Amino acid sequence: MGRSLKKGPFIDEKLYERIEELNRSRQKKVLKTWSRRSTIAPEFVGHTLAVHNGKKFIPVYVTENMVGHRLGEFALTRTFKAHGQAEKAAASPTGKT
Amino acid sequence: MARVAGVDLPREKRGEIAVTYIYGIGKPTAINILKKANIDGNKRVKAWTDEETARVREIIERELKVEGDLRREISMNVKRLMDIGSYRGIRHRRGLPVRGQRTHTNARTRKGKTRGVMVKKKPVAAAAPAAPAAAAAPKAGA
Repeated sequence: MGRSLKKGPFIDEKLYERIEELNRSRQKKVLKTWSRRSTIAPEFVGHTLAVHNGKKFIPVYVTENMVGHRLGEFALTRTFKAHGQAEKAAASPTGKT
Repeated sequence: MARVAGVDLPREKRGEIAVTYIYGIGKPTAINILKKANIDGNKRVKAWTDEETARVREIIERELKVEGDLRREISMNVKRLMDIGSYRGIRHRRGLPVRGQRTHTNARTRKGKTRGVMVKKKPVAAAAPAAPAAAAAPKAGA
């Protein structure tokens, strides 16, 4: 279920201020953030944010289409393990020794 | 012949069921349409007058997105998710469930038919004529 409109989108205040600061000084800097829960505001567009995925920071370049999504949606927290090619590649070196 | 939104409506069905043969129209929408068009939902399509058919067609064209247009809209939405590299987009790309369902078991609708487990052959049995690559592996070890 979506969030109540009454409350408005959730954006981490500190992060928002840091972005505003960059916009005011017309700078582009990579900002590290842990605030995966923050909604991407229109002001974020064009910046690159390093979003923490629990282990390291994933650089996310914010485009117009991303507005309204959360930062966390773009920094995956899980490593994807698939069967098939990846497994074959992992099995072959062990088979030779 | 009642042709609405590029779909032939089945002539023998009750009106409110027949309209659901159009992609994007389910039962509630169908009932709504017929109410607006002032047609009894139980009336068969074959019994509709040309004028009634026209009314149904007009309502659908004016108020609803159906068939090709709707399919296009949906695929555009999915494509947008994939292009921005969001979690949901990645799940679409990989053909896995998008809304947080479990994948340990089930999820067969998204993942398709089971691919089964490949039974590994014993190296000795496979060493014969089967595959030269497989035969080379144990030799390198010895």
